Amino acid sequence: MAEGAALNTSEVHGTKSENAGIWLDQVSKSFASPDAGTIQVFQDLSVHFEPNQLHVVMGASGCGKSTLGYLLAGFISPDQGNVGLGPNPVRNPGPERLLVFQETALWPWMTVLDNVIFGPKVRGDADAKEAKHAAQGLLTKFGLADFADKYPDQLSGGMKRRAEIAQALINRPKVMILDEPFRGLDVMTREILQEYYLDLFEETRQTTVFITSELEEALFLADKIYIMGDQPARILDIIDVDLPRPRDFEVTVSKKYLEYKERAIERLFQSEES
Amino acid sequence: MLKQLQSTLNWRGFVAIFGFFLIWYLACVLKLPGFAEMANPLEVIQMFVREYAHDDHYWLSWVTSFQRVLYGFLFAQLFGIPLGLLFGTNEKFRNLFFPVFELLRPIPPLAWVPMSILFWPTNESSIIFITFIGAFFIIVINVFDGVRDIKREHLWLALSLGAPRRVVFLRIMLPSVIPSIAVGMTLGIAITWDVVIAAEMIASDSGLGRLTWEGYVSSTPEVLVIGMISIGLAGYLSTKVVNTIESKMMPWRRVRR
Repeated sequence: MAEGAALNTSEVHGTKSENAGIWLDQVSKSFASPDAGTIQVFQDLSVHFEPNQLHVVMGASGCGKSTLGYLLAGFISPDQGNVGLGPNPVRNPGPERLLVFQETALWPWMTVLDNVIFGPKVRGDADAKEAKHAAQGLLTKFGLADFADKYPDQLSGGMKRRAEIAQALINRPKVMILDEPFRGLDVMTREILQEYYLDLFEETRQTTVFITSELEEALFLADKIYIMGDQPARILDIIDVDLPRPRDFEVTVSKKYLEYKERAIERLFQSEES
Repeated sequence: MLKQLQSTLNWRGFVAIFGFFLIWYLACVLKLPGFAEMANPLEVIQMFVREYAHDDHYWLSWVTSFQRVLYGFLFAQLFGIPLGLLFGTNEKFRNLFFPVFELLRPIPPLAWVPMSILFWPTNESSIIFITFIGAFFIIVINVFDGVRDIKREHLWLALSLGAPRRVVFLRIMLPSVIPSIAVGMTLGIAITWDVVIAAEMIASDSGLGRLTWEGYVSSTPEVLVIGMISIGLAGYLSTKVVNTIESKMMPWRRVRR
C-alpha cells in the first residue's frame, strides 16, 4: 500500500507539494565536550528514508536522535559523509526540509499569524496578501483561526504545537522532521495531536521523519520504525509496521500491534544489555 | 500606579507611615541623640511651602538633574546597545576589545570624577560623562548576555525558512535581545540617579544633589530633607517612565497569561 502511494504527489491544503526521500550516507559526527574530550555521536551511519512514508526514529533519550534530526535539517553538518534530499546531497538548512522542534520555537514577539507567514514572506514567494490568505486557511484548518492575532504565550501547549506544524507546512516542504513534538504535553492533548498528525499524514502522504522516545507513539504512527542504539548511534532494527490505514486508536488493541510491540521491546532490551 | 499603592497600602501601612512621621517628629522635639540638629516634618513642610514651592531656583535644580540623567542615560543606551550587540555577534571584535572593556568595568563610576573633570572642557559635560559611565557598563553587559542567550532554535528556524542574514538580525536577534535591553534600562536608570547625585555633591554648583549638600553646608536641615525627598521622587518618576517605555517595547509581554 505504501509503495503505491509513493508515486503520488501529496496535497497540502490545495497546493501540490513534491515529495522526496531524505538520507544520510556514511555520516560521522563528533562533538567536543568540556569534560569527556570528544564524543563520537555517529560513525559511518547510513539511513535512507523513502518518500511518502512516515518514518519513526525511536530510541532512549541521549542516543543522538535529535542530532540525527539536526543533521537532516542541515542545522549541523557531518564531519564526514553526506546528507541528501532526493538525488542530491544538501548542506545548509532550507525550506524544503523543515524541523519542528522539541520545545516550542515559535518567536514569542510575533503573533501566531506573523509566525506562520514568516517563511513565505521572507523568501518573497508570495505577495503579502496571498501569504496571509494561505496562513489563515491553514490556521482555520488547524482550529486556530481565532488565535491568529494572539502571541504564542497566550496559547496552550497543544495549540502551540499545531501552530508550529502550520508554520512549517505553509512552506510546502518536501520532508517534515518532527523532533519529539508532543513531548511534555498531557496525555489527552498528546493523543489528540497524534491522531491529528496521523490524519494529516494520511491525507498528504508527506515524507516524515518523526523522532520519539515513546514506543506506543511510534507504533501508532509509523510505516517504519527505526530503533536506535547509542555510542556510537546506530540503527539496531527497522520494523515495517504493516497496520491498516487510516488508523485510529482501536489499532492499538489488535494482535498485530501487540506483536510489533513485543518485537520492539525485545530489540530495545537487547540494546540496553549490549 | 494608584492601584499598586492601594494594594500595598492597607490600614497597617497607613499606621506605619503615620508612626514613622510621629517618631521622627518626637525625636526632633525631644532632641534625642543625633536629632538635635535635625528638622522635624512640620518644619520641612513649612519651609517647602514658604520658600521652595514657588522658587525658580528649586525647580531649576529638578530640571538640571533630570537633564544630566537623561543625557547620561541616553548616551549610555546609544553606545551601549550597539557595543553589546557587537560583542555578542562578532567574535573578532570581542576578542579585540572585550579585555579592555573588562579592565575598565570594575572601576566605580565615582572614581572617574577627577579624571572626568580634567578631561572634559565644561563641568556639565564631565558630570554627564560620569552619569554615562554609571549606566554604560551595565547596559553593555546585559545586551551581550542577551545575545548569548538567544535560543539557537529561534535562529535555526529562521535560517531554515530561508531568511537572509539582515532579516535574521532585525526580526529574530534584535527582538530576542529587547528583554535584556529592558533589564539594562531598569538597572541603568537607578544607577544613573545614584551617580548624578554624588557627582553633583562633589563637583557641581547646581542640581538636586547640590541643593541637598547646600542644606548641610548652610546648616539648614529643612533644605537637606527637601532635597532628599525630591531626589527620591525624581528617581521614582524616572523608573515609572522607563517601565512604561519597556512595556511598549515588549507588547508580547503585556499579554502574558
